Amino acid sequence: MSTSTLSRPESARTYASYSQPWWRRVLFTREAAVIALLAAVLIWSNLNVRNFDSPLTLYFLFLDITPILLIALPMTLVVVTGEIDLSVASVVGLSSVLVGILHHDAGMSIPVAGLIALVVGAICGMVNGFLVAYVGLPSLAVTIGTLALYRGIAVGLLGTKAVTDFPHKWTKLVQERIGGSSYPLVLIVFAVLAIGFALLLHATPFGRGIFEIGLNKEAAHFSGVNVERTKFLLFVLTGTVSALAGIYYTLRYGSARGDNATGLELQVIAAVLLGGVSIFGGRGALHGVIAGVVLIGAISSAMRLENLTVNVINIVIGSLLVLSVMSTSLLAWISALATARHNGAIRLGKRRQAAMHHRKGNQ
Amino acid sequence: MKFHTRRITALASVAMAASLTLTACGGDSEGTATEGGATTVTFLPKNLGNPYFDTSDAGGKAAVEAFGGTYQEVGPDAATPDAQVPFINTAAQQGVNALVVSADDPNAICDALNQARQAGTKVVTFDSDTDPTCRDLFINQATSDGIAKVEVDLIAEQIGDSGEVAILSAAANATNQNAWIDLMKKDLQANHPNIKLVDVVYGNDDDQTSFDKTAALLQAHPNLKGIISPTTVGIAAAARYLSTSQYKGKVALTGLGTPNQMRDYVTDGTVTSFALWNPADLGALAAYAAKALVDGTITGAAGDTFEAGDLGTFTVDDKASVLLGDPFVFDKDNIAQFNF
Amino acid sequence: MTEVMVHPSQVSPLRRGITNALHSREISIFAVLVLVVVVATTKSHSFLFSHDGWRDLLLTPALLLPLAIGQTVVIVTRNVDLSVGSTLGLTAYLTGRLFVDHPGLPIIAVFAIAIAAGAGLGAVNGVLIAYGRVPALVITLGTLYIYRGIFLSWAGSDRINASDMPKSFLSLGTRSVLGLPMLTILAAVVVVGVAYVLRNARSGRELYAIGSDPDAAGLYGLPVSRRVLAAFVVSGALAGLAGVVYAARYGTVSSGAGYGIELQAVGAAVIGGVAIFGGSGTVWGAAIGAFLLVTINRALPIVGIQDFWQQAVVGLLIISSVALDRVLSARRARQLVEARDQS
Repeated sequence: MSTSTLSRPESARTYASYSQPWWRRVLFTREAAVIALLAAVLIWSNLNVRNFDSPLTLYFLFLDITPILLIALPMTLVVVTGEIDLSVASVVGLSSVLVGILHHDAGMSIPVAGLIALVVGAICGMVNGFLVAYVGLPSLAVTIGTLALYRGIAVGLLGTKAVTDFPHKWTKLVQERIGGSSYPLVLIVFAVLAIGFALLLHATPFGRGIFEIGLNKEAAHFSGVNVERTKFLLFVLTGTVSALAGIYYTLRYGSARGDNATGLELQVIAAVLLGGVSIFGGRGALHGVIAGVVLIGAISSAMRLENLTVNVINIVIGSLLVLSVMSTSLLAWISALATARHNGAIRLGKRRQAAMHHRKGNQ
Repeated sequence: MKFHTRRITALASVAMAASLTLTACGGDSEGTATEGGATTVTFLPKNLGNPYFDTSDAGGKAAVEAFGGTYQEVGPDAATPDAQVPFINTAAQQGVNALVVSADDPNAICDALNQARQAGTKVVTFDSDTDPTCRDLFINQATSDGIAKVEVDLIAEQIGDSGEVAILSAAANATNQNAWIDLMKKDLQANHPNIKLVDVVYGNDDDQTSFDKTAALLQAHPNLKGIISPTTVGIAAAARYLSTSQYKGKVALTGLGTPNQMRDYVTDGTVTSFALWNPADLGALAAYAAKALVDGTITGAAGDTFEAGDLGTFTVDDKASVLLGDPFVFDKDNIAQFNF
Repeated sequence: MTEVMVHPSQVSPLRRGITNALHSREISIFAVLVLVVVVATTKSHSFLFSHDGWRDLLLTPALLLPLAIGQTVVIVTRNVDLSVGSTLGLTAYLTGRLFVDHPGLPIIAVFAIAIAAGAGLGAVNGVLIAYGRVPALVITLGTLYIYRGIFLSWAGSDRINASDMPKSFLSLGTRSVLGLPMLTILAAVVVVGVAYVLRNARSGRELYAIGSDPDAAGLYGLPVSRRVLAAFVVSGALAGLAGVVYAARYGTVSSGAGYGIELQAVGAAVIGGVAIFGGSGTVWGAAIGAFLLVTINRALPIVGIQDFWQQAVVGLLIISSVALDRVLSARRARQLVEARDQS
């Protein structure tokens, strides 16, 4: 995001240096750090948290984080271009309400209602995309507005009622497991989407354009990247995937309410930032984000099993977020110090100066 | 394209492989059972921070400790069903013996409850029921008919049996609220033709929302004569607004409230009388019922009887529910005797 | 028009002042506010002309006002503060606890402690953002979680009830002086104070410079970090004040206090003409924006629109305000370029 008061840390802006051996280039990254942290948390929880190794744990964990996993995929792309989309949770709520109303009042079947919800989600994304990409409004302000607008429409349509009579066939399907394992079936849908997004981001010119826009919009424009269209399409993708997450959310909890998924956008953004995507844009990768989502889910799950309440979980997640973002700046500062020291721009400490004979008069 | 920053730690590929292996490993072990012999009971109210549930769960805790079990209370901040589901899931994972829950929605938590029952947990609902197919027993504080009747009778008495009234409810989907509201509407139509119900608003068991909704009600219906609020959070908030408003004494307020919260307002005349039962007894009865289920003394079939400590013996009716008693009316004369 | 931009104005200062005022964003929002009140009053006279109606009209926005003002100060510097809702909850609970644990404490001391606590929480944000060189969105997102978590840990499932607080404090929530509610007078004093500093004090005007172009401000020699830190301290202090107002008005503080109010604060500022990119906007605009938001919420049920739709209305307002700002500034930029080309 280019709305920071202070200039970006310079060292994050260099190209990958091929003088480093490949294993250093892979391991010395933020994504690797998050994955390592995830592994550490999982190992520690398996050993120390009672009931964490129950087959139900992973199952519930994945069921809970699926909406965040789904939305984090396009959100990563949006953040890499330097924008942000705070309206995702409201689109989830709106699509949830639509599925409920269309099924309950209009008698449509779930697949048809779901399809319509997806289309509406895409339209919501188009509105966002149009305002941000073509009209040129700042995405923070626009998405705060659409957050209220879409949530308002969702609540307005359904009032404070809720639709809860969904056919058992569908509510059971979304909670079905793969074979007899602890992994729910929806993970397959997620895996397909994740591979698709990964290919889009890392293996196509469109994806390359996304990184370029994040690094320098003007330069990207002059290199032939269609900045407006790229951003527009990204917001449409975000809206559609959020609607998909809304369908899942509704069927999983068996309840369509106007206030479903309130606050989800903050969890998605927290996970995306934790996963190593730079808020300034231009840098990020999906495997870190996925690890970030699972990390937050695992920590919440472990803490719930230890009967720690929501507040402690919130403090931990908030601190993780702050620390992860600060760590980039901290490291940049340390490395800048080290380079300056190396180049002689910084003087030695007083004691060492005193030890040097030719420095007189210093304490 | 990855752009690397200077990092000091390593581990990545090993960590990735390790985490993948571990997630696979997680699927193999058995779920662990409860701690040696003591019955574990978890209370899950509609939401935490609600004085009514604080009292009922305290009663449950006393009962659980009386019969030597282990007590635990969990719950969400907001009274929504999807916030209750993770706690039900956690209870299933922990393998607790019994889950005592007041449902935010009759259907939405069914799947989670059934999953818990499959994992061996007995499910007892109290205060607000779910669909009977997803719980083992329901502890009812008073018959819905009885509650609706006492509310309507109180408001009719206080406004002279004619005029406009409104209802300030809790969450729009709460089973008990909707049951009572429906019966109140029927009672008003059948027995009080001069009383008109103009609005039903929802305060979501949140104090600020209920406060603001009361203000909005009084603004929108200038001829309002009475407000019924069958929720302890709602009536307390409405009383607080009314006591500083120009309508104090002109608009009657009644409903279900706790004596401690309402004492000031009964004293200063904002509220004449209101009703409730003893929530602590309700919680205790639920705990004893849960214990009886876990021990196998009862199975939830009609006609089963069980002991509930000081409260006496109770019988399960044919809808797999147990009745605590009748609602009690509090007013200026007797409110000083109670402390909850 | 181009004449005025390129040469010193020939028009008298009075006329210029009046023309500027009439064309200003603040007046147009005020006009919308008046329109809303008029429409609601025609539907239901008691909206304005009853004791409760007049009181509530002025009193209900008193909670959002300090938050909107604090948010303005931060947004002007090209940052945002999303943690104010959690700060409000924490200080509201602190207020209640002070009354419960230290019954003899004078009310003014409670105010001071709550504001200081809020300022402290804001300072944490400010230090991390100003000196840590991290974007405000992320940090305040994190502190939103952290402060809410601290609040919940401290409160447990306790609440502060109205009976815990002294009557004199609670009466602040409803008492009026000369027909104006006390809390509103308090909020108005804050608005005037902050408006004065932002417009007339050098440190205030430097905030605008920092928001317009942070790099240029740094090169020019302005103490950017210190000013940004001060902006967040102000925002936190005002959130602390809002916490006391919350406790006085509602009397009950539960764990959900202040949840979600930060977006309303940002919305009020944006509607009031404060550019989200920093560098322009006044606290008067934000104050009127806050009034407008709250009054629309209260007026909707009277006009017959279910109050479920209020959030949608707010969203539309925010989007149109931002779009309007962009259109106006683009037009202005075009006019300036034309003027430059012609001169």
